[in-house]
Amino acid sequence: ASGAQGPALVEGVGLGMAGADSDDSLYPIAVLIDELRNEDVQLRLNSIKKLSTIALALGVERTRTELLPFLTDTIYDEDEVLLALAEQLGNFTMLVGGPEYVHCLLPPLESLATVEETVVRDKAVESLRKISHEHSPVDLEVHFEPLVKRLASGDWFTSRTSACGLFSVCYPRVSSTVKAEIRQHFRTLCSDDTPMVRRAAASKLGEFAKVLELEYVKSDIISLFTALASDEQDSVRLLAVEAGVSIATLLPQEDLETLVMPTLRQAAEDKSWRVRYMVADKFSDLQKAVGPEITKNDLVPAFQNLLKDCEAEVRAAAANKVKEFCENLPEDSRETIIMTHILPCVKELVSDTNQHVKSALASVIMGLSTILGKDNTVEHLLPLFLAQLKDECPEVRLNIISNLDCVNEVIGIRQLSQSLLPAIVELAEDAKWRVRLAIIEYMPLLAGQLGVEFFDEKLNSLCMAWLVDHVYAIREAATCNLMKLVEKFGAEWAQNTIVPKVLGMANDPNYLHRMTTLFCINALSEVCGQEITTKHMLPVVFKMSNDQVANVRFNVAKSLQKIGPVLDSNCLQTEVKPVLEKLASDQDMDVKYFAQEAISVLSLA
Amino acid sequence: METPTKLPPSSPSSPTTGFSVPSAEKVDGFPRRSMRRARQRRSHSSSQFRYQSSQVELTPLPLLKDAPVAEIHDLFCKKLQQCCVLFDFLDCVADLKGKEIKRAALNELVESVATSRGVLIEPLYPEAIKMISVNIFRTLPPSENPEFDPEEDEPALEASWPHLQLVYELFLRFLESPDFQPSLAKRYVDQKFVLQLLELFDSEDPREREYLKTILHRVYGKLLGLRAYIRKQINNIFLRFIYETERFNGVAELLEILGSIINGFALPLKSEHKQFLVRVLIPLHTAKSLSIFHAQLAYCVVQFMEKDATVTEHIIRGLLRYWPKTCTQKEVMFLGEIEEILDVIEPSQFIRVQEPLFKQIAACISSPHFQVAERALYFWNNEYILSLIEENCQVILPLVFGTLYRVSKEHWNQTIISLIYNVLKTFMEMNSKLFDDLTSSYKVEKQKTRLHRLLPKKWSLHTRIKLLDERSSNIIEINIYKKTKNNNNNIKWIGDIKRELKSL
Repeated sequence: ASGAQGPALVEGVGLGMAGADSDDSLYPIAVLIDELRNEDVQLRLNSIKKLSTIALALGVERTRTELLPFLTDTIYDEDEVLLALAEQLGNFTMLVGGPEYVHCLLPPLESLATVEETVVRDKAVESLRKISHEHSPVDLEVHFEPLVKRLASGDWFTSRTSACGLFSVCYPRVSSTVKAEIRQHFRTLCSDDTPMVRRAAASKLGEFAKVLELEYVKSDIISLFTALASDEQDSVRLLAVEAGVSIATLLPQEDLETLVMPTLRQAAEDKSWRVRYMVADKFSDLQKAVGPEITKNDLVPAFQNLLKDCEAEVRAAAANKVKEFCENLPEDSRETIIMTHILPCVKELVSDTNQHVKSALASVIMGLSTILGKDNTVEHLLPLFLAQLKDECPEVRLNIISNLDCVNEVIGIRQLSQSLLPAIVELAEDAKWRVRLAIIEYMPLLAGQLGVEFFDEKLNSLCMAWLVDHVYAIREAATCNLMKLVEKFGAEWAQNTIVPKVLGMANDPNYLHRMTTLFCINALSEVCGQEITTKHMLPVVFKMSNDQVANVRFNVAKSLQKIGPVLDSNCLQTEVKPVLEKLASDQDMDVKYFAQEAISVLSLA
Repeated sequence: METPTKLPPSSPSSPTTGFSVPSAEKVDGFPRRSMRRARQRRSHSSSQFRYQSSQVELTPLPLLKDAPVAEIHDLFCKKLQQCCVLFDFLDCVADLKGKEIKRAALNELVESVATSRGVLIEPLYPEAIKMISVNIFRTLPPSENPEFDPEEDEPALEASWPHLQLVYELFLRFLESPDFQPSLAKRYVDQKFVLQLLELFDSEDPREREYLKTILHRVYGKLLGLRAYIRKQINNIFLRFIYETERFNGVAELLEILGSIINGFALPLKSEHKQFLVRVLIPLHTAKSLSIFHAQLAYCVVQFMEKDATVTEHIIRGLLRYWPKTCTQKEVMFLGEIEEILDVIEPSQFIRVQEPLFKQIAACISSPHFQVAERALYFWNNEYILSLIEENCQVILPLVFGTLYRVSKEHWNQTIISLIYNVLKTFMEMNSKLFDDLTSSYKVEKQKTRLHRLLPKKWSLHTRIKLLDERSSNIIEINIYKKTKNNNNNIKWIGDIKRELKSL
C-alpha cells in the first residue's frame, strides 16, 4: 500500500546526501524519508511519527513545496499510518512557516477527512479544527471555508460526516454572507439522506448553536433540532437530546417553554428505550439548563416516569441521577418534592428485579441523607440502606458500604453498625476473591468511621484472616490494609494489636505465610517507626534469614533493604550487615543476588 | 485496521455500550465468561407489551369456515383487528384466555390465506398490514448481555414468539399468496414499513431473523419500487455496523438476501453496485465478528466476480489491504475466501493480482500458526489454482521460493514441513531450471543477509548499503554512505564486509 516509487523529493535528498560530504546533518533525514516508503508498516509509522523532524530539517520552504505534496500523494496507506499523519499535521503550523502559510496543510488533511476509517477521519477533523484557529480571517474565507463546503457536498458520506465538525470553528470569524452559506450547508446536512451524516450533524448541533447569533438559534437551530429529534432512526433522535440540552442553555427562560420543551418532553417518552436512556443520562444537565420552574413542573414528573421505566437500562441510568437531581432542586420546595415524588419511586427501586438498577441506586442513595437531614434519614432512608445492605447481590452491598461516609456525617454510623457488621462479614468471606478484595479496600474507611473500639472488637480478626487467604492478591491487599490502619490508629495500637499477630506468623509451617510476615514488615516498618522496627521486627527478620526455603531467605534480603532506611546506622553496621553478608554467600543464586543488591543500596559494602 | 480503536456509537455515553462491568470484576480486568454466563440465564425478553395502556378483553369470534360467504371478509377483518391486541408474555400466566383466543384467530387467518382463493380483497390490505405492523414493529430490548457473543452465548429469545411467529407466518403467506397484488400492497408496504422491517434484523432471536429473511426476500422480489431503497438501507446498516457500532445481529441474513440479489444484477454492473462491493462488502471483512457471517459474505463476493470479472482486482487488493495482522482465526477465513475466489478467477485477471497475492500467501506460509500455514499450502492441492501457478511459474516461484525454502527448514510443525516438501517437489517438476537457479541464488542471498547484520542496526537496510549483485560477472559493488569521517568503526565494518564478500 505504500508509495512504491518515491517522488523527486526523496531522491533529491537521498542523492544530495550521498554526493555531498559536507551535508552530514541531513543523513538521518534521508533515512527517515526513505523509510516513509518502506514495505514494513512499522518503519513507515515510525517515520511518520518523526515527521516534524523531517520538516524541521528540510526547512519551511521545502516542507511546503516538496514534503506536503509528497504526503498528499501517498495518502493511500494503512490506517495506522494515516492516523499518525493526521495527528502530526495538526501541529505543523510553525513547520510550514507560521500562520501565514498554515493553509498549505489543508490539502492533505482534506484527503484524510474523507477516508473510510472513522478513527482517522476524526483525527483529521480534530487537526483541522486546531489549525483553523491559526488562520487569519481572510485565509479562513479564502482557504478553509471552501474546504468545508467541498467536504459538505462530497459524494460519499465520509466527507459530509467530517464537514459537520468544522462549521462551528469557522463560523464566528467569517463575513455575514459566508455565515449564511455555512448555515445553509449545515441545514442540508441535517436532512441528509444517510443516517450516518444526520448522526454527525445531530452530535454537532449543540456546538454549532453555541456560535450562532441568538436570532438564528431561534430561527434555524430550533427547527433543525425538532426535525432531528423526530428522525425515523432512534440513533439520530438520541443525539438530538444532548443538543437540546445545549440549546436550552442558550435561550432566554421565556422561550424555553415554546421552543424546546415540547420536543424534550416527547424525547422523555420516546418509544425507543435508547432515547429515554439518553434523557435519563443527561438529566442533571437538562435540569440545570431549564431552571427551577420548568424543573418543578415538567422534570419532576418526567423523572418519576424514568425511574419507573419498563426498561431496566433506563431505570438504572435514572437511578444514577437521583442524588444529583435532588441536590439541584430549588431549595424552597426541595424537601417536599423529594418526600412526595422522588422517595416513593426510590423505595420501589430498592427491590427492583434488576441488579444493575439496584446497584446504580446503591451507589448514590446514601447521598440523599445530607440533603434530607437527620430526622428524615433515620425515618425514611435508614430502612432502605438496611434493606440494601442485605441485598442478594454483593455489588449492591459494596456500593452501600463504600459510601458510608455520607451517612456518617448526618446520623453517625452507629445506627447502621448492627446491620453493617453481618454485611461486612459476609462480603469478607464471599467465595469470589474479587468481592473480598473490594471490601478490603473499604476497611480503612470503615475503621475510621466506626472507631478503634468497634474495630478491635469486630473487624480486627477479619483483617488478620485475610493475611492467610489462599489468593495472593488478597494477602497483598490485606498487607497494605494493615499499613493504612496503622496510619489511622497509630504505632502504639499497632504494637499492641497487630504486630504480635504478624510476627507470630513467622513460625507458620507454610512458607507463604512466613513470607506474608516479611511483606507486612515491609509495609509496617515506616509507619511504626524506628523503635518498634528495631526492637520487635528486626529480630524476627534475622531469625528468618536461616529459613530453609530460599524464597523466604531472599525476601529477608529484600526486607532488610526496604526497612534499612528506618534503622539507625549503628544497627545497620553491626547487625544488618553481617546478616546480609551471610546471605550474600548463600548457595542459592537468587538469595545471593538480592543480598548483594541490598548491600549496595544500603551502602554497606 | 486491526487496532481495537473502533469508536463507541456516536456518543461517549451511548446506551448501546450498556452497563459497566461490576466493580468486583473490574479489579483485575479479567471479566470471566463463567460469571457473565451465570447471570445470563434469563434469556427471554420482550419489549412488545410495554406500550399498551389498557387491556382489552377478547371474546372469541365465530370460525371463518362456518361463516356465510357474504360475511367472510367482514369476519376476516374483525379477526385482524382482534389480533392487534398485544399480550404480556413475560408474565406467562397473565390473561391465558385472551392469548389463546388470539392464537386461534391467527392460526385461522394463516390457514385461510394459505388455502382459500379470493380472500385477499383490497379493503383487507390496510387492515392486514396494520395488524402486522402493530405486532412486529417494536424497539428491540437492550441486550441482556452487553458483550453478547453470538458464537459463545445463548441468544435472548423473544418471549412473545407464540404469537409473533404466527404473525410472521401470516405475513409470509400473504406475500406468497397467488392473490397477492403488488400494486395494492405497495400503498401500505412503503419505505417507512421496510425501514422498520430492516431494523428488526437486529433481533437476537434467530427464529425471528429467519422469518425476516424470507419475508424481505419476497418483498424485494414482488415490490419492484422498493428495491433501490432496500439496498440503500442495507448499505446504511452495514456502514453503521462497520464504522460505528460493530453490533448488528442480522448481518448474515441480510448478506444471504444480497447474495441472491447480486445474482440477479443486470450487466454491465451499475456503478452503484460496484461501489457497494468496494466500499461496503470488502470493508465488512474488518469486523471483529466476521466468523458469524463470513460464509455469506464470501458467497456475495464470489457472486460479484462471476457476474463481472473486472471487479476481481478490486476484490483481491481490498482483501489484501484488510488482511488480518494478529487474528489467525480470521486469517484462515481470508485464505478460504481467496481459494473460493481463485476457483473462479479468470486467468487474465489472475495475472493482474498474482504478485501482491503470492507475497501474502508466502507470508501466510511462514506463519508460526500451523493452521494458517496449512490453509495456504492447501492451495497447491487445488487443480485449477495449480494450473494458474504453473502458467505463471516464472513470476510466482521467485515470490514464494525463499519462504518455502526457509520454512521447510525452520517450521516447528511436521505436517507443515511435509506439505512444503510436496509444494517444492511440485515446483521442481514444473520448472527445474528455474528451481535450480533460485536455489543457488537463495544461498548467495543468505550470505549477503549475514553481511547486513554486521552493519550497525540504526542504518536501515537499503539506505546504508547497496549491494549490486550481477550474477553473470559476479561483481559485487559496495556503496556505503559517507559516514566514516568521525567514526573509525565504520572503516572496520567496511573491511569486514569486503573480506566476507571475497570469500563468496
